[in-house]
Amino acid sequence: MTEETSVSVFRFSHTPVETRALNAELADPACGGYACFEGWVRDSNEGQHVRHLEYEAFETLAVREGERIIAEAIARFGVRHAACVHRVGDLKVGELAVWVGVSAPHRDEAFGACRYIIDEVKHRVPIWKKEHYVSGDSGWVNCERCADPAARAGAPAESHPDPGAEDHVHHHRR
Amino acid sequence: MSVPNPSTVTKSAAPGTVPPLFGLVLAGGRSTRMGRDKATLPYGDGTPQLERAVALLGRHAAGVYVSVRADQAADPLRARFAQIQDIHENIGPIAGLLAAQAQHPENAWLVLACDLPLLDDASLAHLVSRRDAARTATAYRSSHDGLPEPLCAIYEPRSREPLSAWVAAGKDCPRKFLSSADTALLDEPNPRALDNINTPTEYGAVTSAKTKRITVQYYALLREQAGRRDEALTTTAPTPRELYAELAGRYPFSLAAAVLRVAINGEFGDWSAPLKDGDAVVFIPPVAGG
Repeated sequence: MTEETSVSVFRFSHTPVETRALNAELADPACGGYACFEGWVRDSNEGQHVRHLEYEAFETLAVREGERIIAEAIARFGVRHAACVHRVGDLKVGELAVWVGVSAPHRDEAFGACRYIIDEVKHRVPIWKKEHYVSGDSGWVNCERCADPAARAGAPAESHPDPGAEDHVHHHRR
Repeated sequence: MSVPNPSTVTKSAAPGTVPPLFGLVLAGGRSTRMGRDKATLPYGDGTPQLERAVALLGRHAAGVYVSVRADQAADPLRARFAQIQDIHENIGPIAGLLAAQAQHPENAWLVLACDLPLLDDASLAHLVSRRDAARTATAYRSSHDGLPEPLCAIYEPRSREPLSAWVAAGKDCPRKFLSSADTALLDEPNPRALDNINTPTEYGAVTSAKTKRITVQYYALLREQAGRRDEALTTTAPTPRELYAELAGRYPFSLAAAVLRVAINGEFGDWSAPLKDGDAVVFIPPVAGG
């Protein structure tokens, strides 16, 4: 077992991500398994044709929360190295939006940790996605249907009637 | 559309001739209920309220005058500002406006009471931007009783004649005047902005509800709806919950607090945590990474 420290990284990129270089950061003679997840910009969402996307992040807090997720994954799954890079800015269909890579002695932990990281990042990290549609419309994902024109936005949290939201998961779990 | 007869076109109705807007701070009151001069009461960093009101108004009007009674002209605080002395006695705040209109009949006047310590730039900017110079006056509708707020209102030059007639008829209530006149009424963007402070108890409540300087950053949908990325503001909101309610009164936020999280100084925070001077607050819309 090597004594080198774990790679445990969450960061943002304002330019296209070069995955081969990231992959190399996770290489380790003690690791026999490497799993990665790439999220790409899809050309449709909920029946709308997507032309391009805009990602925006509250980077200070997002990096903190992202690093917590990576550390949790390493601790829970016993993997050796884990990293996540998320794009911000304007992205075209087909571009890489998020990359997660994990290396571990064996594949099971690597798969599990990789899945854990991408799921938690989607739910917890302050990143927002604005979809620009072929129709000319645009919308902030997960925000538009939260909008509640019947109630004042400043109303107390308890009184938030949102009858249209049964099928809609608010991505705030804590 | 028929061509209007030139003789019937009034000056203020013609485009491009909106009367200039000047500010008038009413500092001629007797502060009877307060028991001390309201103009000198310190707020926030200790600045006397009259000075705060003049500075605030100066950011929204072409020039600012302070309305005083003749026997107050030499008062050291009042003497620091351009003054207009009352001509009438014992008719209350209308006296100040009548004197200003007598001196500068061509001006519109944004009249401000001297006891509105919670009034903010956004409320004045909103009033000025929604000013309707073709009406007699533009005023806020009170969030308490729905009536016009006469002492944070814009009076056009055309209000001079009916106002003089109103006083000549023995009436002196400016609120009733605005109710009876052709007044454009607006909803208040910040419902507390026009809370006036008349008694030592009210003064104590406002000054003990400490004002704090807070910076707010906006992201994504909230950034678009606020029309800005960040701002520094002064607030008495005790927690992020009241701060969001205050901002939701100012901006067309569509997201209820229930679907947001809040961050304080770069870390997730609690909606009911006390806000401190210098805190940096971020309201976090539903996230959508990945």
